[in-house]
Amino acid sequence: MSSLRIEGVGKSFGQLEVLRDLELAVEPGEFAAVIGPSGSGKSTLFNLVSGLDRPTTGRVLVEGEPAGVESGKVAYMPQKDLLFPWRTVLDNTALGLEAQGVGKKEARRRADALFADFGLDGFQKAYPSQLSGGMRQRAALLRTVVLERPVLLLDEPFGTLDSLTRTEMQLWLAGMWQRHRWTVVLVTHDIREAVLLADTVHVLSPRPATIVDRVEVPLARPRGADDFTDPDFASTERRVLDALRGTTAVRTP
Amino acid sequence: MRPILRSLWPPLLVLTVVLGGWQLYVTAAGVDPTTLPSPARVVEQGWLNRQDLWDQTLPTLQETLLGFALSFAAAWLVAVLLDFSSAARRGLYPLLVASQTIPIVAVAPLLIIWFGFGLLPKMLVVTLTTFFPLAANLAAGFAATDREAMRLLRSLGAGRWRTFRLVRVQSAMPYFFAGLRVSITYAVVGAVFAEYAGAEAGLGIYMQAQKSAFRTDLVFAAVAVTAALSIALFGATYLLQRLVLPWERALKEDRSS
Repeated sequence: MSSLRIEGVGKSFGQLEVLRDLELAVEPGEFAAVIGPSGSGKSTLFNLVSGLDRPTTGRVLVEGEPAGVESGKVAYMPQKDLLFPWRTVLDNTALGLEAQGVGKKEARRRADALFADFGLDGFQKAYPSQLSGGMRQRAALLRTVVLERPVLLLDEPFGTLDSLTRTEMQLWLAGMWQRHRWTVVLVTHDIREAVLLADTVHVLSPRPATIVDRVEVPLARPRGADDFTDPDFASTERRVLDALRGTTAVRTP
Repeated sequence: MRPILRSLWPPLLVLTVVLGGWQLYVTAAGVDPTTLPSPARVVEQGWLNRQDLWDQTLPTLQETLLGFALSFAAAWLVAVLLDFSSAARRGLYPLLVASQTIPIVAVAPLLIIWFGFGLLPKMLVVTLTTFFPLAANLAAGFAATDREAMRLLRSLGAGRWRTFRLVRVQSAMPYFFAGLRVSITYAVVGAVFAEYAGAEAGLGIYMQAQKSAFRTDLVFAAVAVTAALSIALFGATYLLQRLVLPWERALKEDRSS
């Protein structure tokens, strides 16, 4: 059974058609990237997968069940880290658990257990303002992962970081994934990020968005900084870029 | 303590200059103290009548604090109601705004007629003058909660009450303290004014009595006490904010370092 299966999904807001006949499947333990031009309905797709919204047509299935907030199968990491300044880092990472009804003590205990793995040990009692941008994103990911939901949904998680920190974080995430084998759906507009991290890159067209290409990344695991200079890396990047440009070229009058 | 001193000396300097000019003018021009007493005389007479002033300050302070407590409770209740119910927001909020145009001058004597010369009508005047800034700021604070944060919590299955408790209350705190500072400065004045309309004791009635006795110096002394009370309460809000929002200091220290 696929972790995530999007079947013929369309979504319209009044006259505005945002998604059309979208098909996408993610298998357990797969790292999938969804890439598309800005305004292509990535966030709409997000809302459908996280269960915040329902499709107009088609179905979104998470582990065979229709996506819904109640089913608790998708953990969502937003673009902004959304760490609350009034909570310590530990309390921030426990927030997701608290939000789904876990007691404060238990939530803290479970979050705390992951701090070393996320390179945040010693910062439990710090406030988010005292963390660097990369650490804040790691804390936000910890808050997401600690929920132990079957699907991780990452919305441009490193989009707000400077280029150097972003690369560092991408390599870090590649390493983390290697050890944990989470099922991940990463939405991004960074081709390099998609190719470095994903097994499969799904390319979206502009609105109304649909999947125009599905690029398998041929790079071996584990991946690291060396892959940036691999010829396969460059050719895959090129394929994704062509797919993206193809979509815009067709649509530009 | 350093930053407090740094922010304190400019107003103190201005105050010294104003009081010095006043003192010079009164002495040089030989103004009759029943018209305008010199600051030195106000201090001197105030000190001589300190027992009297203190006895009148206590009831005013009591009215202020009790009235403000009532206002505080009502503001939270109404703001939470406005936040949870859009029907309440549509139905109540315009009326709350409209209520601010009712002159307290007209209402205060009515309250005396309805509730007598005791504590309650004074509390109510304080409540009426301080309620709105508190409630409006608090409601605005709840509403200003980051939409993305709300989405995140909803995606995790948190209900209205839990998102309110986990995020909205804390998000509203900076707004709440802004409202608190506005309204607390009205509180003492509200109490004094209520006493003016009719009371057995308090700084308001004391001012009135001293004015009738041509003791302008003691009127000024009472005014000074009122101002001191307001400033003390205003300062207390900063203390409270430090206690309630310890993270704000961490934020500031970080930015300055």
